[in-house]
Amino acid sequence: MTDIKVTPLGAGQDVGRSCILLQMGGKNIMLDCGMHMGYNDERRFPDFSYIADGNLTESLDCVIISHFHLDHCGALPFMTEMVGYNGPIYMTHPTKAIAPILLEDMRKVAVERKGETNFFTSAHIKDCMKKVIAVTLHQTVQVDSEIEIKAYYAGHVLGAAMFHVKVGNQSVVYTGDYNMTPDRHLGAAWIDKCRPNILISESTYATTIRDSKRCRERDFLKKVHDCVDRGGKVLIPVFALGRAQELCILLETYWERMNLKAPIYFAVGLTEKANNYYKMFITWTNQKIRKTFVQRNMFEFKHIRPFDKSYADTPGPMVVFATPGMLHAGLSLQLFKKWAPNENNMLIMPGYCVSGTVGAKVLSGAKKVEIENRQVIEVKMSVQYMSFSAHADAKGIMQLIQYCEPQNVLLVHGEGVKMEFLKQKIQQEYGIDCYMPANGESAYIPCKPVVPVDVSLSLLKKEMALYDTVGAPDPKRPCRMHGILVMKDNVLKLMEPEQAFGELGLNRHSIRFTSCIQLRLPGTASRAMDQIQLILNSQNTNYPVKPSDEGMLNLESVSIKMETTDKEDRKSMMISWALQDEDLATWIMSSLRQVIV
Amino acid sequence: MKIYSLGANPNKPCNILNFKGVSLMLDCGLDINPALHFLPLPLVASKRLSNLPNWIPRDTQDAALLDGELKECENRVLVDGPIEILPPQSDIFDISDVDTILLSNHACMLALPFITEETGFKGRVYATEPTLQIGRLYMEELVNYLERTPKNQRANRWKQVLQSLPPPLSGALRPNDWKKVYSTKAINAALAKVRMVGFNEKIDICGALTVMAVSSGYSLGSCNWIIHSGYEKIAYVSASSTLTTHPRPMDQVALRNADLLILTALTQTPAANPDSMLGEFCMAVASTLRSGGSCLVPCHPSGLLYDLFECLSVHLDNIGLSQIPLFFFSPVAETSLAYSNIFAEWLSSGKQSKVYLPEEPFPHAHLIKNGRLKHFPSLHAEGFTNEYRQPCVVFCGHPSLRFGNVVHFIELWGSHSNHSIVFVEPDFPYLEALAPYQPLTMKIVHCPIDTSLSFTQANKLIRDLKPGNLLVPDVYLHPPVSAPLRSDLAIQELDPPALGMKSYQVLKLPIKRKQEKVHLDPALASRLEPIQFKTGLSASTLTGKLDARDNKFTLKVLNEEEGGTLYSASERMLPRHPWGSVDTTQLLHLLSQHGLLDARVEDTPRGVVIHLPREDSVIQLEGSNTHVYCHDEALRRTLRDILLQCLPCL
Repeated sequence: MTDIKVTPLGAGQDVGRSCILLQMGGKNIMLDCGMHMGYNDERRFPDFSYIADGNLTESLDCVIISHFHLDHCGALPFMTEMVGYNGPIYMTHPTKAIAPILLEDMRKVAVERKGETNFFTSAHIKDCMKKVIAVTLHQTVQVDSEIEIKAYYAGHVLGAAMFHVKVGNQSVVYTGDYNMTPDRHLGAAWIDKCRPNILISESTYATTIRDSKRCRERDFLKKVHDCVDRGGKVLIPVFALGRAQELCILLETYWERMNLKAPIYFAVGLTEKANNYYKMFITWTNQKIRKTFVQRNMFEFKHIRPFDKSYADTPGPMVVFATPGMLHAGLSLQLFKKWAPNENNMLIMPGYCVSGTVGAKVLSGAKKVEIENRQVIEVKMSVQYMSFSAHADAKGIMQLIQYCEPQNVLLVHGEGVKMEFLKQKIQQEYGIDCYMPANGESAYIPCKPVVPVDVSLSLLKKEMALYDTVGAPDPKRPCRMHGILVMKDNVLKLMEPEQAFGELGLNRHSIRFTSCIQLRLPGTASRAMDQIQLILNSQNTNYPVKPSDEGMLNLESVSIKMETTDKEDRKSMMISWALQDEDLATWIMSSLRQVIV
Repeated sequence: MKIYSLGANPNKPCNILNFKGVSLMLDCGLDINPALHFLPLPLVASKRLSNLPNWIPRDTQDAALLDGELKECENRVLVDGPIEILPPQSDIFDISDVDTILLSNHACMLALPFITEETGFKGRVYATEPTLQIGRLYMEELVNYLERTPKNQRANRWKQVLQSLPPPLSGALRPNDWKKVYSTKAINAALAKVRMVGFNEKIDICGALTVMAVSSGYSLGSCNWIIHSGYEKIAYVSASSTLTTHPRPMDQVALRNADLLILTALTQTPAANPDSMLGEFCMAVASTLRSGGSCLVPCHPSGLLYDLFECLSVHLDNIGLSQIPLFFFSPVAETSLAYSNIFAEWLSSGKQSKVYLPEEPFPHAHLIKNGRLKHFPSLHAEGFTNEYRQPCVVFCGHPSLRFGNVVHFIELWGSHSNHSIVFVEPDFPYLEALAPYQPLTMKIVHCPIDTSLSFTQANKLIRDLKPGNLLVPDVYLHPPVSAPLRSDLAIQELDPPALGMKSYQVLKLPIKRKQEKVHLDPALASRLEPIQFKTGLSASTLTGKLDARDNKFTLKVLNEEEGGTLYSASERMLPRHPWGSVDTTQLLHLLSQHGLLDARVEDTPRGVVIHLPREDSVIQLEGSNTHVYCHDEALRRTLRDILLQCLPCL
């Protein structure tokens, strides 16, 4: 029994700072390398000192990043450039393109606005990205002679992927964040029946079964429309890429249909650039967008314009998308400060907020929020939480388990209490073990190894032929296979005895038996022989009974010869066989029982 | 292992590989060359073409039969009828038995609708996403061109008098198998059967084989295929390029050490160097433009075209001709240009890094934005008349010059000596393509650009890849007919000699399978009691229940009650495998212990014979052979057990 060891450095019974260590078949693999948005101290990054002496290049075989959200890749430059890691890093092409932009964005907020020191620099981000190897979906990437990885579509954000990691005969699927229902711009996650030993799944919405997406969309549009009608300002904090594009498509089409005039702004110069990524990585979006992109690229917006800071104080209604999504810094926080005291305004939080952030406090109903510098803001604007976050809900998680048929499930990226509920459900429904280690806690998952053996084709064909009835194996008669297993330098080969002895350098000893049996059979010797052949053939075996030129019958090493005796109805049968066909010879003799004297 | 050839054009290959009980069709190329025997289909009725004289055969009976099906133009006989093409021929293989079709690139898949829609094909088709999308564009363009200019009367009668026709028509390949092109409906149905694959994605075929597409560097998403049985490796190399153009570079490492390398679709212009031809192309266009003339470039709607745009625009910039408009006509022009921008993952790293900025990977996106390159679905498309000005460069299809917008431009410019037609696509012999337009006054420039492997590159590749066996189209084994002394324009001699694949024939391949993979169930594995012979070498007998599912094998514990043997378990002896030789003294000792006291030993030249006279039995010992003659079954079993006690056994 070889165990697979999984240790979350982040995202163990928690959301944020996803970083999971995987140890299997003597290999160490890091899955995601995220930062925690709720902390401003060293707890922000995973505790890399957990990994042997902190010598990462030597102790890790590779790092895999599932998608570009900072809680999945935010600690990467810190890890590679400040702690020091030079090994391979894998992510998809869109992730490789977009992650550095978000990292730079966050770096600016942290260093330039909050004045943090000991943070990674722009150069660090560039150097870090140079170490990244981009992968495409379904491509089998050979990390070294033993580790093989393969990406599957996850549908959470552009370029989000699930990874199947294989070492020898063991394998693990890590989902990252995923979404099982197609949305306005992305498709649904998909994986084949790869039957991993462990499925490491996110469980953000472990207990939720979300209502129909269409209802939520209608609800969202109505709220925005009402607010704009009464002259209010709508603030939608988003990450620059991902949800933002989906909501833009939604508002753009609604504005066009309802002929609305209130301006929609998308903050930060990132907008156009971000949309450009969507235009060029259109193969990663959903079917509908891909089909129509030649006529109309969905990411060329007519109603949505770039935001300028001076607009913040412009009277009249407007809708503003601003980063970052959890109101923890940057423009979204600034606009919030300005607009929160007015009850006409509205805040729509379209995604999950990590606890500790302003976003999380506001969402929990706080009417007074303390932000940086002990400043207290009174929240009079209406606050709406709209779950547009593209995570799988409980139903989706169960569906994914059904897709890939894992032997075990391990839950991460969710709250402990909710995980517990889902764990029960998985164990009940699928009867498989489910684990949910906390941060820094290791789960050891026992795995039954299946041993691959090279079998000589002649042996296989021979045995198969014996049990093959008219092209299809007889289900009632299991195919029995016998050979010699030779284990040479850890390679296992199953072969016929003759070949095995050659391989072992031994002189095979052959033992042959010859018996003479009196039979009660009338007629000539050759007629008696025919009768025996008839009896043997009626036994319905696939042993080929071959008559030879010398009037003998041959089955494998068994040969039968008939001689006449003094008495007309008696024949003397000479039967001879080698030790390995003892079974067959015994069977022949028992088949002839009724004619043996 | 066998290979069946279904086509005669090595650049539009279609072969079926039969291996391990699985039938794989490798590419599905369509031979469009028969089109060259037909009159062009102009957009508007052409006086010149309709006034061509009927060809008069010597035999007057034939003349009556032909009824004007054949026309004559400058001593060339051409068929006046709807254009026909030659799909792969399935007379040596039943296509409904094909399990899987593997497509390498857009140029080698155009016969797919004939195969999937007309033969009872039930299998799966695999191609990369760009191959699928660009292949679709080629098919749609072909169908659009031919449907735009319909000819209803089929011309078939000339096929009955082939022998009395002059060459090259008399030597036409299998004219009775020529067909009209498929419909749009057939294209959609055929392409709906294609499953998209990524490079290096392992795909399971019937549980027996894995196949994997690896980059071939020829065009966007073009690939070669690795076919693996778990033990034997076959590399199928279709159109490939080692030159640096826009696609992802060719992956050669993946092709190494194959047991069989199938190599096809080498360059169609072995004597021309693509780099210098590209230079000549730019110079020829520039010199025509300088003298006030316009250039016509017959081309396909994707592939080489992107490189032409890139090189030509730079060249024109350098010589101060930036203001010259470039026109691109094709019913699929817009789609082709749009798709070229979204296949970042399939591009060379230089082009790919632009997408990370994010900028469009190809310069033609920029050329379109600033109005230098204009594209239209056809000549009557809205806006073209306003934009049209000369001199200009016109890119349009079809390179066979038999249909498409190109026909119109030759009719329009053919009699002006300051214009020129520049041939770059290597698919059709340019003089034959021009035959129905003769006499022609416009300048003719021939600079074919074929980025596929040259013979020198192919021979070097073979040396690097070190395949166990090499299979190529038979024609590659000899220098081309046009240059019989150029031994460098053929595949070099190898050991073992390269196998030649003849068109429409079957070839048995010298690949023998020896092993198969079986998985040992953990429960069975834990029961094994191996004997160690030395460090790293041990052995054990193994008896189990073989479970075969989807061509995958598992060995499980064989339960006694399940039987699986010829008779009941109680009588059964577990097979034993002795080695070494019998020590006579030990044997005699054991015999006497079993009460067999009358043993008499007799020496023979090759060993000893032990007689048991009272039991009427004999044991003959000769080194590693023992023969027991005994007619009493109970006694025989005793003797057997005694012998096995004297020998070490597995």
